[in-house]
Amino acid sequence: MKKLLALGLAATLSVAGLATLSACGMDKEDLKIGFIFLHDESSTYDKNFIDAAKAAVEEMGLTEDQVIMKTNIPEDDTCYDTAADLADSGCDIVFADSFGHEAYMMKAAEEFPDVEFCHATGTQAHTAGLDNYHNAFATIYEGRYLAGMVAGYELKEMIDNGDITADQAKMGYVGAFPYAEVVSGFTSFYLGAKSIVEEVTMTVRYTNSWYEPTAEKTTAETLIGEGCVLISQHADSLGAPSACEEAGVPNVSYNGSTYTTGPNTYLIHSRINWQPYFEYIIQSVIDGEKIATDWTGTLETGSVEVSGYNDELVSADTMAAVSLALQELKDGTRHVFDTANFTVGGETLSSYLADVDDDGTFTKETEVIENGIFYESKHRSAPYFDLIIDGITSITSNG
Amino acid sequence: MHKIERPMRDPLFHISKRDDMSWKKRFLLRGGVILFSFLFTGILSWILIGVDPFTFIGKLFEGTFGTSRRIWLLLRNLAILLCIALALAPAFKMRFWNIGAEGQVLMGGLATAICMYYLGDKLPEPVVWLFMVVAGILAGALWAVIPAICKAYWNTNETLFTLMMNYVAIQLVSFFTNVWVKDGSGVLKNATHLNGIKLPELGNPYLLTLLVAVLLTVGMFIYLKYSKHGYELSVVGESENTARYIGINVKKVIIRTMALSGAICGITGVLLVGAINGSVTTATVGGQGFTGIIVSWLGKFNPGFMVLTSFLVIFLDRGTGQLNLTNNAFPAIVTGIVIFFIIGCEFFISYRLKFRKKKKQEGEVLQTEDAPAAEQTEEAKERNLLQKIGDGAKNCVLTAARGVKKGALFIGNQTAKAFRKGKDLFKKKPKEKAEETQTEKEEEDV
Repeated sequence: MKKLLALGLAATLSVAGLATLSACGMDKEDLKIGFIFLHDESSTYDKNFIDAAKAAVEEMGLTEDQVIMKTNIPEDDTCYDTAADLADSGCDIVFADSFGHEAYMMKAAEEFPDVEFCHATGTQAHTAGLDNYHNAFATIYEGRYLAGMVAGYELKEMIDNGDITADQAKMGYVGAFPYAEVVSGFTSFYLGAKSIVEEVTMTVRYTNSWYEPTAEKTTAETLIGEGCVLISQHADSLGAPSACEEAGVPNVSYNGSTYTTGPNTYLIHSRINWQPYFEYIIQSVIDGEKIATDWTGTLETGSVEVSGYNDELVSADTMAAVSLALQELKDGTRHVFDTANFTVGGETLSSYLADVDDDGTFTKETEVIENGIFYESKHRSAPYFDLIIDGITSITSNG
Repeated sequence: MHKIERPMRDPLFHISKRDDMSWKKRFLLRGGVILFSFLFTGILSWILIGVDPFTFIGKLFEGTFGTSRRIWLLLRNLAILLCIALALAPAFKMRFWNIGAEGQVLMGGLATAICMYYLGDKLPEPVVWLFMVVAGILAGALWAVIPAICKAYWNTNETLFTLMMNYVAIQLVSFFTNVWVKDGSGVLKNATHLNGIKLPELGNPYLLTLLVAVLLTVGMFIYLKYSKHGYELSVVGESENTARYIGINVKKVIIRTMALSGAICGITGVLLVGAINGSVTTATVGGQGFTGIIVSWLGKFNPGFMVLTSFLVIFLDRGTGQLNLTNNAFPAIVTGIVIFFIIGCEFFISYRLKFRKKKKQEGEVLQTEDAPAAEQTEEAKERNLLQKIGDGAKNCVLTAARGVKKGALFIGNQTAKAFRKGKDLFKKKPKEKAEETQTEKEEEDV
């Protein structure tokens, strides 16, 4: 046992030693990056990360043995074990893609101060005080908003055709957890649709899991049964899209195109393109520059995408209107969470404190409304918009 | 009546028990089969993922033994899987189909987390540890005893019952997570929610788990082999009527054995939540409750063998993790194939196939000593089948009417035989379970 320990210690020290040298930049050929994914390619969420990682690695010209990918890493100590193992294997950067990985990534970051640990969707980097631990997210609410506009045009067409009346314009949303990331996503989606059809309403139901094909499918079916004429989702399987295809209900997707699952119902998808972030962290380590503690991708950085529209169902006019809105969002002449466009409990918001610092106290400490606009992803990259606005029914019980 | 008119046809092959293989031969055979299965999966890896067999096998070893951390992880993961398999062994030996280890472990873990959440900030940490361990064991035992009582008193189907209890346990974890995690993310953090409580480390983060597993292995070996309880449960497993006849209280044995099974699952849950992860999720057990079933069966409920079978499963799991794949299908295929080979090997160690001879002489014995021989029997079977089809066709041409009658009879016979065989299989020994899987797989392969 002592021998083993000594061996382990020696390995750790030598890795640490090597990594210290790298602190002031390194040759591209010497860089090694490790990725930790919650599931494998069968999850749309992880596939989005995996594809971006492969694209970034290729773009940066890294060879195969400079990249290690670990899939199916659950949100428990396995994540720490894997992160530490990647550090042992000489990785200079370790990246993890799931919210629940955070505590375990931080544990590894403490143990390996010379390896950069980057974590998507996390909330604690800006308060953790660890130099080598970083969070990242993107202003995906803008992408959701634009995808919501496409949904709005679809509803408008149904109303114009006389298929439904304006007060039957009810959308359904399959959410994973009743939590800020999801709430922010569905609210922006709803506001996008509402900018086209003022009367639209939306019901949200949760699966309490990020990836559960059956639950996602049955939840979508429940929503369709309740009269929802269009479905979108923030959960990672193909459950909801396949329910929509079977019922012939239009679907707006997330993380990637689900056209192959629903060729007759898939409209468009929004997604975070992680490639710019991966290229950024790789370049930063090569240049010996500090990685941002809390990085927010935007439409500008190419991190937020609305793409892959189904040209049989979505008209060119709609897409023209969407690109116009996209330009306005970029210019700052249009804001998704403009308090003039929504009410909460019948009131227009003028002030709101959000729980931005995730310190375990759940105190809402940061004022996030300025000049009538709720600034999402400004005070930290991960979303904090957690209000249920009028027009949206959020059903948290499984009933 | 018809049966008298024509001579009885021998079945295509007989399966008979054998116990004439020396331990040396068995050892070599098993080793050979495992080696062969690695080569086989290596060739598959060449075809499917473009990694040549030698690199593939190298990766398996690198992923398992490459660094001291990996060796520790191998040992710890092995220990957890072994604990679950050990918990299942007495139940299976009693022929109580406990499919509920997943839920029993999870309940042990949940009870541990409940103590951490509600008592962590009120009592000194060592006292909380005590509560965690006791509560975990009781919760695991409770989850196993409920179906046991229903089985003992009302003869309910324990397979379905224990299986369903898994889902209840998963939902309970989901429920508590939703109540405890105020931000709605469903992620329960040790530092934030569970008062930072963790069981003490004995020198390093892995030793506690290893120690528990070693104690349980030795304890279970003695319990099954030398204790009165162990004897009683195996009698109940062989025949409940015999057990009753010799004065064993069957109800009591069923409930007691399941309480033990559940309690060990509970301990595993305490380790997973209290010592390893510091938190609980619906995926904490991650299917190991089911993998444990395979480990237990393959190890023939012998704790010593189970160490080897859990090693094999964990070796494949950790080893294939080193392949740098972004799709998890291939590792699953590898594990499946290796286990299939081992089940096949065990079958040919315990049984031999006697094939009907071509010209209705008495059954020739085909030695089935190694894997190539298994393929030979496969070939022989095919040859026989072809022969039979040929015979049938000839007869039809000669006398059409007789041919039709014959055909009908043949089908009838085959069906009856298959039915008899199926019924026997269902009733018989664990080893024959392997045979069942074997034949099924063979059919699929054909």
